[in-house]
Amino acid sequence: MTKPRSFFRSRRLTALGLGGLLVMGVALSVAQSGQPVATNKDRTHDYAELGKAPEKARHRQNPLEADPDAVAAGRKLFEGHCAECHGDAAEGSKKAPSLRADQVQQATPGALFWILTNGVVRRGMPVWSKLPEPQRWQIVSYLKSLGPAEKRHE
Amino acid sequence: MNLTSLSAKLSARFAINALLLLVVLSARFLRAQESPYIVTYDHYLEEPGNLEVEYFSNFGTQRSGNDFHAFWVEFEYGATAWWTTELYLDGQTTFGDSTIFTGFRLENRFRLLQHEHFINPVLYVEYEQINGADKIMKEVEGHDIESEKLDPNGVARQEHKHELEFKLLLSKSFNGWNIAMNPIFTKNLSPSEPWEFGYAIGASRPLALKASSKRCSFCVENFVAGVEMYGGLGDAESPGLHETSHYLAPVLAWNLPSDWTLRFSPGFGLNDNSHRFLLRWGLAHEFSGFGEMISHLFGGRR
Repeated sequence: MTKPRSFFRSRRLTALGLGGLLVMGVALSVAQSGQPVATNKDRTHDYAELGKAPEKARHRQNPLEADPDAVAAGRKLFEGHCAECHGDAAEGSKKAPSLRADQVQQATPGALFWILTNGVVRRGMPVWSKLPEPQRWQIVSYLKSLGPAEKRHE
Repeated sequence: MNLTSLSAKLSARFAINALLLLVVLSARFLRAQESPYIVTYDHYLEEPGNLEVEYFSNFGTQRSGNDFHAFWVEFEYGATAWWTTELYLDGQTTFGDSTIFTGFRLENRFRLLQHEHFINPVLYVEYEQINGADKIMKEVEGHDIESEKLDPNGVARQEHKHELEFKLLLSKSFNGWNIAMNPIFTKNLSPSEPWEFGYAIGASRPLALKASSKRCSFCVENFVAGVEMYGGLGDAESPGLHETSHYLAPVLAWNLPSDWTLRFSPGFGLNDNSHRFLLRWGLAHEFSGFGEMISHLFGGRR
């Protein structure tokens, strides 16, 4: 019977460890450098993405506008997928802009849907087309229900 | 007690504990929306800064030999919105033989286009350092056939493979459906080995498209079902379907609250070169903000 030979030789262990550390280190560095510190200038760029929605997409109507459950469902989805970066109350964080800002609240539902679908990949926002369309519209319903930040203090 | 029965007992205990843990943790809110695929990739990457830790099992039948239970752990990290990097650690138990570590893989996926398009391409590059006893079958390529896995572990592990693997992940989501297709190109770094080819295709859809307004573990939209098919396409010296194996596998994912995902997939061999039956399942947990946490540990900005 063949005597088992250890696959885990020290050279391989070292290669595995160094390789893993290298990849993780580079990944972390890029991740951090890809998350700009929040400044007014940066946020202006973030909101400018809304203006890039094509005309046709901007004018799409929210098919769930009249759905009484859409806001509650959208809130649940927001808490699960968006709050980590945009804040629990969509007030923004160093990772992502406030969604209560005028630029967002005054945007058309279609423009918000387009941003959700396409993300802003180079600025760290993933595409969310993996959520089915109705769920993306539910999130839009929730966002539009928030109103601007100052309304919270009224 | 021999090693095989010990491994089987440990696997069973792990599965029971994992399921109990799932029930306990199914308390808060929906997060993950993971695809059900185990072999096929869609074009969605890990969210930036998140770490997903996944455990997968692949039980396979073996004609003229002992059945096996291969397993692997994945550490998947979202470096940016366009780059995901991943480390795999593979092992297997061949019943009546032994349990061994079979190697590791380093994988990177790069999103090529910024916006969503009719077809969305992602480039997949993987370095594998595995041995001939590896049976996780994360991809099937070249002339991979069932009879190659007949060798006892002690013999099979003597063969060392250093491979580069490239995939073009093509995927499209529409009307709730996801369709994905992955052509595979693999090169063993030994100069004498030819390029090998393979494929994986999949289709899936959540069982409900709208989310319910209540927080729940068993809401229909938490379940995603589909099917995937994968197999080899020969190599550069003898391309084609002869001496290749192919599988058809229904897939089901349960996206649990609190970032847990459970996947299940029975696979069926489609020709005489294929294992007759593969049973795969996997458990994944996503750790949000992992990158930020590590960065803080090393003095990164807050």
